[in-house]
Amino acid sequence: MLQKLENPRARLIGMAVLTIVILILPFVLTGNFESGKSWIRTIDFALLYIMLALGLNIVVGYAGLLDLGYIAFYAVGAYLYAILNSPHLAAVLPAWLISPSFPVMILMAGLVAGLFGVLLGSPTLKLRGDYLAIVTLGFGEIIRIFMNNLDRPINITNGPQGINNIQSIHVAGYNFGRPIEFLGLSFEKVHLYYYLILAFCLLIMFISMRLQNSRIGRAWVAIREDEIAANAMGINTRNIKLLAFAMGASFGGVSGALFASFQGFVSPESFILMESIMVLCMVVLGGMGHIPGVILGAIIVSITPEILRDVINPLQHALVGRKVVDPENLRMLIFGLAMIVIMLLRPEGLWPSKRRKAEFHEKDEEAKA
Amino acid sequence: MDIFLQQIFNGLVVGSIYALIALGYTMVYGIMQLINFAHGEIVMIGAMVTITCINILIGHNVALPGPMLLLIGFMMAVPVSILLGYAIEKIAYRPLRKAPRLAPLITAIGVSIVLQQAAMLIWGRNYRPFPPILPSTVHEIGGATITSLQIAIIGLALALMAGLFFLIERTKLGRAMRATAQNPEAAGLMGVNINSIISMVFMIGSALGAVAGVMVAANYDQAHAYMGFLIGLKAFTAAVLGGIGNLGGAVLGGLLLGLIESLGSGYLGDLTGGAFGSNYKDIFAFIVLIIVLVFRPSGLLGERVADRA
Repeated sequence: MLQKLENPRARLIGMAVLTIVILILPFVLTGNFESGKSWIRTIDFALLYIMLALGLNIVVGYAGLLDLGYIAFYAVGAYLYAILNSPHLAAVLPAWLISPSFPVMILMAGLVAGLFGVLLGSPTLKLRGDYLAIVTLGFGEIIRIFMNNLDRPINITNGPQGINNIQSIHVAGYNFGRPIEFLGLSFEKVHLYYYLILAFCLLIMFISMRLQNSRIGRAWVAIREDEIAANAMGINTRNIKLLAFAMGASFGGVSGALFASFQGFVSPESFILMESIMVLCMVVLGGMGHIPGVILGAIIVSITPEILRDVINPLQHALVGRKVVDPENLRMLIFGLAMIVIMLLRPEGLWPSKRRKAEFHEKDEEAKA
Repeated sequence: MDIFLQQIFNGLVVGSIYALIALGYTMVYGIMQLINFAHGEIVMIGAMVTITCINILIGHNVALPGPMLLLIGFMMAVPVSILLGYAIEKIAYRPLRKAPRLAPLITAIGVSIVLQQAAMLIWGRNYRPFPPILPSTVHEIGGATITSLQIAIIGLALALMAGLFFLIERTKLGRAMRATAQNPEAAGLMGVNINSIISMVFMIGSALGAVAGVMVAANYDQAHAYMGFLIGLKAFTAAVLGGIGNLGGAVLGGLLLGLIESLGSGYLGDLTGGAFGSNYKDIFAFIVLIIVLVFRPSGLLGERVADRA
């Protein structure tokens, strides 16, 4: 929308309003709704999903590598944080490894997840399209099965019970798990995490934007459009693809670490295939390869089911006077239908980049001719 | 030795079911280059409708032998799934044939969510037991046991596969299907009605899937609204393993996957000194898949596809 405002001044004002809205959003939500805190939690998770979607967007949207196991990297980051910042393995691990400082922890999460990305990427470089999709899916499932079963012979992941008592993040002497008084306002955990995750979102957005027009970004697009031609033009397709995997994975790992510290608890339940699929839906529904589109997609996909949750029960009571159907099922049903309808109406995504839109409609015209 | 033979039997039973479902994936893929993610849900609905139907008959004290009840169940479930397969193609895939490749993938996932949740609303969250109507005679072969039900499953699966191969290789419809898979435009110019062929493929695949769903339910004595997901995933893995788009590949991949899984889960505990147990059963499918695709990117029997992403 902001792009349409040609007038630089109008644009500036628009940006300023948007910034203020984003900054005060958590307080608006707490003040005016009964279930205010749960809504900020929802927003926090939406921000985490934005991070994930932006990470996957690099792999799928830029490089055109269909990845259905993306949530595995989220899991790697989350479990890494959980193991290093909880009493679970504290007795076994060397002391210098326990509770590393925040920047070190985030760096580690990104690096380790990136390593897993390369691990996944290297054997699959020859594959493309749907074969790649199914292999990445298998990779995600393998990671999940290991998380679920690595409580024996050595208890690493604590199996299906998951790891709890995970510490919140400590930055510069502040514990994000406790309320902090500032300027007469009480910032609780959900607020603090809102700003923290927001900061990381902006960082990832910034990196994504810079990448888009860089040499690497253009190499990715070249591979997406025609791998053989890209190779012939002197692009090292192998390394560039691996870089896409590693980069996307490291974003996933960082958001996973934030997730674990926010939630205070991780279990394999959070990293099922459906989550990978949801993140992919965010990218595709919003508009692949287009950062604002992907963000829009992430917000819609993560928040719509929550809104439906709040709407369906009262609606049933108002219409029939009692609970007829399980609202949980109904909201997923509506959500599934919405996915179909959106794709049928806008197969190029809700907010595609100008370039992609042009490509799509060019094809349309070819088909007509 | 008897454990080995036992696992072979189990693997063949599960494998022939995988193969039957994999055929549905591979036929659709062969013609449209599309992963029909909703296929697993068709399998589940086939099982659920059959179970409900048999339970209603039993509830009305219909005194028929078990196989007859089952046959009536099939006669209800197969048309339902055929109708569903037709509707899915018409609503969620047909309008998107010229759209970007990922769009139909998303509608497929949407359809699969809708069907799953609808099944939850209709049949509830609990496991549905398969009615005990089938004779469970146990045969002993070389120290291993196999029930007559399991023999029937393998037999029926093989018969259906043979029927499908006959249809594809020997009939006019089959020739039209093969032509469409080769080159839809050219087939269309030759007078093949592409739309009806694609509908046909979806309907045949769904019918096979529904039968396979009943087999799964009968083999494990239960069905569940979420069962389609994992079984669909395995069957799809089998299709890719054999070389997606290749019918013989789907059968080979299905049987192979069943055997690997049951042998793997049977022996893993012994091999690793009890450290890893049969709870790693589901991992084999994916590990084998990755290994095969690393060395043969187009699957075991697949042809090398042209380099189009």
